[in-house]
Amino acid sequence: MTDWLSPEEWTAVRLSLQVALTAMSFSVVPGLLVALALARGRFWGRGLLDVLVHLPLIMPPVVTGYLLLLSFGRRGPVGAFLAEHFGLVFSFRWTGAALACAIMGFPLLVRAIRLSVEAVDRRLEEAAGTLGANPVWVFFTVTLPLILPGLVAGMVLSFAKAMGEFGATITFVSNIPGETQTLPSLIYTFTQVPGGEGGAARLTIVSILVSVVALLASEGLAARLRRRAAA
Amino acid sequence: MTLEVDLSHPLGAFRLEARFRSEGRLTALFGRSGAGKTTLVRAIAGLIRPEAGRIVVHGRTLVDTANRVFVPMHRRRVGVVFQDARLFPHLSVRRNLLFGRWFTPRNARAASVGHVVDLLGIGHLLDRRPATLSGGERQRVAIGRALLADPQILLLDEPLASLDEARKAEIMPYLERLRDETGLPIVLVSHSVAEISRLATDVVVLADGRAVASGPATEILGRPSLFPDLGPTEAGALIETRVLSHDDAYGLTVLQAKAGTLTVPRLERPVGSALRVRLRARDIMLALRAPEGLSALNVLPGRVVALAQADRSSMDVTLDCAGDAVVVHLTRKSADRLGLRPELLVHAVIKGIAFDADTVGPTLRNAPAGHI
Repeated sequence: MTDWLSPEEWTAVRLSLQVALTAMSFSVVPGLLVALALARGRFWGRGLLDVLVHLPLIMPPVVTGYLLLLSFGRRGPVGAFLAEHFGLVFSFRWTGAALACAIMGFPLLVRAIRLSVEAVDRRLEEAAGTLGANPVWVFFTVTLPLILPGLVAGMVLSFAKAMGEFGATITFVSNIPGETQTLPSLIYTFTQVPGGEGGAARLTIVSILVSVVALLASEGLAARLRRRAAA
Repeated sequence: MTLEVDLSHPLGAFRLEARFRSEGRLTALFGRSGAGKTTLVRAIAGLIRPEAGRIVVHGRTLVDTANRVFVPMHRRRVGVVFQDARLFPHLSVRRNLLFGRWFTPRNARAASVGHVVDLLGIGHLLDRRPATLSGGERQRVAIGRALLADPQILLLDEPLASLDEARKAEIMPYLERLRDETGLPIVLVSHSVAEISRLATDVVVLADGRAVASGPATEILGRPSLFPDLGPTEAGALIETRVLSHDDAYGLTVLQAKAGTLTVPRLERPVGSALRVRLRARDIMLALRAPEGLSALNVLPGRVVALAQADRSSMDVTLDCAGDAVVVHLTRKSADRLGLRPELLVHAVIKGIAFDADTVGPTLRNAPAGHI
């Protein structure tokens, strides 16, 4: 495998997996909370939150990337604050790529979880309450197990989106080999130079492989969870 | 145990304004749908917060809006069995049963799993998933799950309503055992007189959000004016009897009531066992003299206590048959022809085949066998 891919290509694949996994891991908990708030919350600004979450899905990715650059860049208000107080730098770093991917995948993650939260029979939660479970326990023993298939589906969508994210990433963190040059960025680079067709083709195959494996894994997991719930 | 309820809460177009007190082992909340039964149960369980009122169980105040007391549902120790069972689909029957146990303090765990499983006959279901159970099995598991959370009172919200007749007949004996063997006070929501006559020690009648009557079952069920919806078909008095003998030649059983004997179709009950019988008001005729040359096997002498007009053409006559209240539904014309009036001595005539599975059920056993 290492011989089949050039070191440059191999680096891009590794970096893409790292970025996608990071993006997915860090969005799960916020995604779950936002999905719960949107599905069940009755608070002022709920509609606004809904729009905000879905914005990256509708806006051109370049716009999202540019907004990220403005706010999370070195001189952006959020970027400057984080760099100064936490030493956290996003611009032109792989962490920035992960941030861009997380934000682009967030609406997909939230939508999948939200649908499964809305499908939960709240009468089961009532029953758990009468059996002595406080609201936190009700969540962990009843709600969470019941939304697990949706949560897994959302995570896969978020991961897949991150593997393929291009527009926002390249706008926000550019295309720096070894740092921010993810798989799609390198494919793009290959298509811009003469003789790059071979590399582009190899990376395309890798992309397809990763997508298929992720999809099969999630389908298998979801089917097992469904069987557990229904059998 | 005592259950004290005094509630005011909006209920559809009107208000639930229920006030009653019950000390029974099995208190039935009776009323047609929309009368406020389920709202009442949800308030006792803590699933809704009543606008105003008080709920006290066993001297423990669960709700007192005047003093800002509201115990959250998970700290109430009020077991609930819902009409739709609500078993957790992601857990096996065994883990459904043990669910409440995680949240019960160790020293409060009185109910034993083995005992509850035996009581409800669900031992063979433990490794199954709820989705594979029949409706009756689901309700039994739901009852077991509620019991194993060691509640101080058990609320059954129409547990039989969604089941067919066969499944109802399957569960009924378990509810009787629950009432007689656990010593746990039970509140049963029902709109079936047959269910209540068979199970209840006490009855609270709800109509349009108000508790219009409450008291011992035998007394309340003998007042047909409280059950206008039933019409003449189901209303009737409830009396306690004992099996006197069996007549194998004719396939009959003789029951001893206070005022005399009743001969009914053969019942598989040992001689001497106690049995509750509901005498449907429409199944009884009245005679001024002891009848002769009549096919009906059952004649109980009694004294007219009260007459009440039921509608334009019919009346309800309440008799005192040696201490048992018996209600008779007849036409106004018949009542006038017989010259019925209070204190008149009459004979109530009941056909033997008027007794069926809906009207004859085992009575309460005398002493509860302690807590499970």
